[in-house]
Amino acid sequence: MIALFTSVLAITLRAGTSLIYATVGEIYTERSGILNLGLEGVMLMGAVLSFATAYYTGSAWLGVLVALLVGALLAAIHAFLTVTMRANQVVSGLSITLFGSGLASFLGQRLGPESNGYYLVGKVGPRFTPYVVPFLSDIPVVGALFKQDILTYLLYILIPLAWFYLYKTRNGLNLRAVGENPQTADAMGIDVIRVRYLYTILGGMLVSLGGAHLSLAYTPGWSENITGGRGWIVIALVIFAMWNPARAVLGAILFGGINAVQFRLQAAGTNIPSAFLNMLPYLATIGILIVMTWWETLSKRIGAPAALGTAYMREEK
Amino acid sequence: MQHKIGHVFSLALVLVILLTSCGPAAAPKEEGAYKVAFVYIGPPGDLGWTYEHDRGRKLLIEELGDAVETKYIENVPEGPDAARVLRDYAQQGYDMIFATSFGYMDPTVEVAQEFPDVKFEHCSGYKTADNMSTYFGRMYQPRYLSGIVAGKMTESNTIGYVAAFPIPEVVRGINAFTRGVLSVNPDAEVRVVWTNTWYDPVIEREAAVALLDEGADIITQHQDTTEPQKAAQERGALSVGYDSDMRAFVGDTVLTAPVWNWGAYYVDTVKAALDGNWETHQYWGGLQENVVLLAEFSPKVPQDVRDLVEAESQKIVSGDWDVFCGPVVDQNGNTVVAEGECMADGDMLGMSFFVKGVVGSISED
Repeated sequence: MIALFTSVLAITLRAGTSLIYATVGEIYTERSGILNLGLEGVMLMGAVLSFATAYYTGSAWLGVLVALLVGALLAAIHAFLTVTMRANQVVSGLSITLFGSGLASFLGQRLGPESNGYYLVGKVGPRFTPYVVPFLSDIPVVGALFKQDILTYLLYILIPLAWFYLYKTRNGLNLRAVGENPQTADAMGIDVIRVRYLYTILGGMLVSLGGAHLSLAYTPGWSENITGGRGWIVIALVIFAMWNPARAVLGAILFGGINAVQFRLQAAGTNIPSAFLNMLPYLATIGILIVMTWWETLSKRIGAPAALGTAYMREEK
Repeated sequence: MQHKIGHVFSLALVLVILLTSCGPAAAPKEEGAYKVAFVYIGPPGDLGWTYEHDRGRKLLIEELGDAVETKYIENVPEGPDAARVLRDYAQQGYDMIFATSFGYMDPTVEVAQEFPDVKFEHCSGYKTADNMSTYFGRMYQPRYLSGIVAGKMTESNTIGYVAAFPIPEVVRGINAFTRGVLSVNPDAEVRVVWTNTWYDPVIEREAAVALLDEGADIITQHQDTTEPQKAAQERGALSVGYDSDMRAFVGDTVLTAPVWNWGAYYVDTVKAALDGNWETHQYWGGLQENVVLLAEFSPKVPQDVRDLVEAESQKIVSGDWDVFCGPVVDQNGNTVVAEGECMADGDMLGMSFFVKGVVGSISED
């Protein structure tokens, strides 16, 4: 039983890694008051270009670098449209998704080697394989944390850092202030435009890295629509996590975990209808959303950044 | 003011993207060429279902040359969008349109009524009209053969089957495969996990990993990605592919694969139309017609297994025997088809029970 639990936890973490990267990225973006619905497109672009880079250079790390650059570029477009041009954030975000997913499919059909009809699909490139830490990985349950790939290990540093930065540093306070009330933040002397650009771009980089984790580690290689809608799940996860990077981990693990459990129940031959099992993650999301909202109300914590989705204009008073 | 400019800019961007993502540009019509259009559910780069249809389209060009002109559109969702696409092709003067997914059935019926001069070919459905035919392949036959390979080569006697949706086509595949396995290895069992997806690389990999954890040493599947095969390979396990010759994309751990060979059908059908011999039909070709077949064996498959599969294949091709000829016993031990009888096509097309040897259940709805 414990062995099964450990194995489920291990795969859940692997499955959740891309979700966690993207969720933390989107939390930072939204904390600055910018809603980026372009996640799906950014993740796909990160996935296809990081894999293509790794395939041709032989270095998965160069793939990661390219993913970060692509994410930054796409997020910069979104920031330009929504912060400088003050365009509707929903429209701009959806454009990025349409643009990104279309371009990623196109690139996947053109960037491959000639011998494969220029298709990138089906090619094997360098990847991040799980590294099993001796001794530590033998501990029951906790051991699951120590048989992961390097991008998952990086999360163990990133999550506490992301939490600490947001809640315990001056910069984090500034970021939250901009997302809550840009007018006041401006009056306090914070450069609202700069902060919004900065965290939208940073967020895009992390989201893109989430896509790269799919094509470089979890399901190595490129397949069309490799994200399978994970970008949209992330948007729900951000709300689920109440814009807190630490809680994002919980949400991502729960989501990935129920999937892993339901497949195992089926494989073990239980007669629970699969449609019911497939429903569980969504049921859990709704349930936990209700509980969280109720709990949030009780503890009077702050949920969504108050200025989320609105453009900031200094002359508007 | 700047606010408005922003809106306009964003909308313009959306428009540009929508307009530029509308599939391959139309090729100029050659004088006299027979115009054939294909509507695909996925991208030709899926290395599975749509990839095989597109290979068939390419064979059509190869065989008939300038006599035909083809065009395709990928990623068309099932439902109203499909009707729009089909109508569009019909209006552009296409002579024959292949709709290659089950969910295009009703849209095809609808559009076929509006354009009586255009010939419609719908894959895997059951509705026909004067100008609309159906076509499909007896995939269960090569599935059975691939089951023989798996049954011979499993060591743990547990084989994992990553299943798509609980519909007769998928159930038939699982049953045929399992009958193949059990014909050579009565102690083996086939464990089924439903993903309720046709194409989701991550989900399909997770389902395969769950089966591997449960002790399966050979994995097969019904979806259009190669992830279950890759997952098996990473765990040092073997696999049987589907749709296309997945060994080319994954490696020799893919022992073989039941594959589609639509080209054979497409060439015959278009030729018939060119000669004026096209009539409404319900085509369900098998190994004999070469529209389904077993991909080449991996070097890992020993000669005695190859010989056995060849012998069984001959039995099916000759028409002496078919996969669901009795005795067929279901999961609960009830005899469904008695010895000496064979299941009728209609019963096969509506199959909704698991045969003996399958571990899993079909959702009741």
